[in-house]
Amino acid sequence: MKYVSEFRDPAAAQGVLSAIARAADAIGATRGNPVHIMEICGGHTHAIFRYGLDRMVHDGIEFIHGPGCPVCVLPMRRVDECIQIARHPRVILTTFGDAMRVPGTRTSLMQAKAEGCDIRVVYSPLDAVELARRNPTRDVVFFGLGFETTTPSTALSIQQAARDGLTNFSVFCNHITVPPPIKALLDDPHMELDGFVGPGHVSMVIGIHPYDFIARDYGKPLVVAGFEPLDILQSVLMVLDQICDGRAEIENQYARVVPEHGNKVSLAAIDDVYETRPSFEWRGLGEIDASGLRIRSKYAAFDAEEKFGIGYATAREPQAEAEGCACGAVMTGRIKPPQCPQFGKGCTPEMPLGALMVSSEGACAAYWQFGRARITEPAA
Amino acid sequence: MRGLLAIWPGAHHGTRRLSPLRGDRVTLAHGGGGRAMRDLIEQIFTSVFVPHGTEDQARLMDAALQAPGARLAFTTDSFVVTPVEFPGGDIGKLAVCGTINDLVVGGAKPLWLSAAFIIEEGCAFALLHRIAASMAREAALAGVSIVTGDTKVVGRGQADQVFVTTSGLGVIPPGRDIGAARIKVGDVVIVNGVLGDHGAAILAARGDLALSSEITSDCQSLGDLMEAVFNAAPGLHAARDATRGGLASTLNEMAEAAGITVQIEESLLPLRDEVKGMCEILGLDPLYLANEGTLVLFVPEDQADLALVAMKSTPAGRQATRIGRAVAARGVPVILRTTFGGERVVDMLVGDQLPRIC
Repeated sequence: MKYVSEFRDPAAAQGVLSAIARAADAIGATRGNPVHIMEICGGHTHAIFRYGLDRMVHDGIEFIHGPGCPVCVLPMRRVDECIQIARHPRVILTTFGDAMRVPGTRTSLMQAKAEGCDIRVVYSPLDAVELARRNPTRDVVFFGLGFETTTPSTALSIQQAARDGLTNFSVFCNHITVPPPIKALLDDPHMELDGFVGPGHVSMVIGIHPYDFIARDYGKPLVVAGFEPLDILQSVLMVLDQICDGRAEIENQYARVVPEHGNKVSLAAIDDVYETRPSFEWRGLGEIDASGLRIRSKYAAFDAEEKFGIGYATAREPQAEAEGCACGAVMTGRIKPPQCPQFGKGCTPEMPLGALMVSSEGACAAYWQFGRARITEPAA
Repeated sequence: MRGLLAIWPGAHHGTRRLSPLRGDRVTLAHGGGGRAMRDLIEQIFTSVFVPHGTEDQARLMDAALQAPGARLAFTTDSFVVTPVEFPGGDIGKLAVCGTINDLVVGGAKPLWLSAAFIIEEGCAFALLHRIAASMAREAALAGVSIVTGDTKVVGRGQADQVFVTTSGLGVIPPGRDIGAARIKVGDVVIVNGVLGDHGAAILAARGDLALSSEITSDCQSLGDLMEAVFNAAPGLHAARDATRGGLASTLNEMAEAAGITVQIEESLLPLRDEVKGMCEILGLDPLYLANEGTLVLFVPEDQADLALVAMKSTPAGRQATRIGRAVAARGVPVILRTTFGGERVVDMLVGDQLPRIC
């Protein structure tokens, strides 16, 4: 496939891997004293495991898996609230497929559907608008979640519904933004991060400058990266080169897709429909200032929080995790998934305790799906 | 309804004249057990299925059963698919091919099928005619007879147009003994053609992806292909048709049953560019897409090339190819070696594949 297979070329990878090894040696990175590079996005975590990149790179590179998996960081009470909305007899709840199996406090959307709620998987929020148009006697609610990658399409769906004068469409907004949790991680004294591989699809919308503070205020490099294995390896090399040179900059490896200043049309739609919440809860990370979006009052008629009287109350205490779960420690990169006492025991993809095991982009699911070969293989 | 299809109650009593079906859709009256039901059965089903008969049950005889050491093979499968008609087939073709394939991968020669239909009130006669015709065509192609059956009509919403259950009987000739337990370390894993076409065709045909595609289902019966393999590679260890859950699930089941690990090579997997592209866009893994005419074989190395040549000489095996090998157990059933030089576990499918967010 054009534009895909070129970026999966094993021969080209060898060249990049050698360059990575030279840079890592130059820095003096070793297995015992590694360079910590956080890939923020779950899509990158998935690709790293799918292609076994973590084992192909120099010993002195350690990938820390970041919080960039939208369903993984969704707090359980928001899942509960979503189910509460779905229980209204008039409601058709629409959602991306990923969210179906995410456990709430007691149950998931999948289970709620089996109990009789009308819950349907859609591929785009615009499909939900169309569903509302075809079902005028029902209330169609879209479970809006995700980072800046999905926020524009939800914004467009609200604008479309407003233009069409629909009164039976609304969005339960859980959209979040990428830069604030990175700041929170950098402020955490326990974290040792030397550089970042940044999410390419997010920057396709927001550009690369919202990350400027990382280089300016914290002196860390960040390279916005594509999702093919060669993209990721090249980005790792660019981070290492910066460290070698004593530079800290925001660079763009994914220039074939990411414009420096983002996508103006998408940004305008986001700005028209949403405003920043004072704070929003992240599963495993707690409340983070200015990290979530809510629907502006001019679009209140399309805001499911308003329509169903749910609102958003800042959590006083971070919600307790399921017993024995270490999602928070995994999400902040403090431990690797197999170090969680529940990994593969109480928590499997069939019976997930935490969302990290559910989403295909969750670090635990990635380890489970792709990483077990190395856990179980005979010692070489 | 009990009894024989040709033989379904009231079917072809010889002297009775067929009265035309009234209207163009199935009503609850067609499930009532009276004349309307009899007309439905005769005009839609038994008039196209052969042979015809007049008894309440199928009484079966075949010379193959007489051979000393011959064994009877018996299987059943229910079919529910949305949409019921799709590029490359329909639910009727699926129901006939699927059950025939379950028989032939066990080494049986398929002989007889039953067919039971649960029909939703409001289902169009025209649709049922098309389904019955494709069942009759597939059965004839494979040389099997649909000898008994049943219909039930349920209220609107209690089924989705039509559900079909087929059971099949066949005879395993003396001396044939294949199964997952016979798989040995070193066996070559062979598939007969491209993977995931059926699943991709169904996804595209549902129309809610806004993807247009030329992909058609691989739905086909595998009897001729299996016979060719048996003739060329009588030492065949195991065969399975990879259906729901895709190649990944089939290999997992076989590897677990055999106590070995299957190591497959990503570079050898036969996949169409359209299927790969659709999976890239939707975040799906083609190894988990359903197939309906994909044969997976475990063949000893010394007969693998013979099997491949024989397969390629049949229409269902033109694109037959090696994809991997059985190796000593490595703790997980199936491992894929990526084109990129890494390895990953290919697990059983958990639930349904769900399209991702971004």
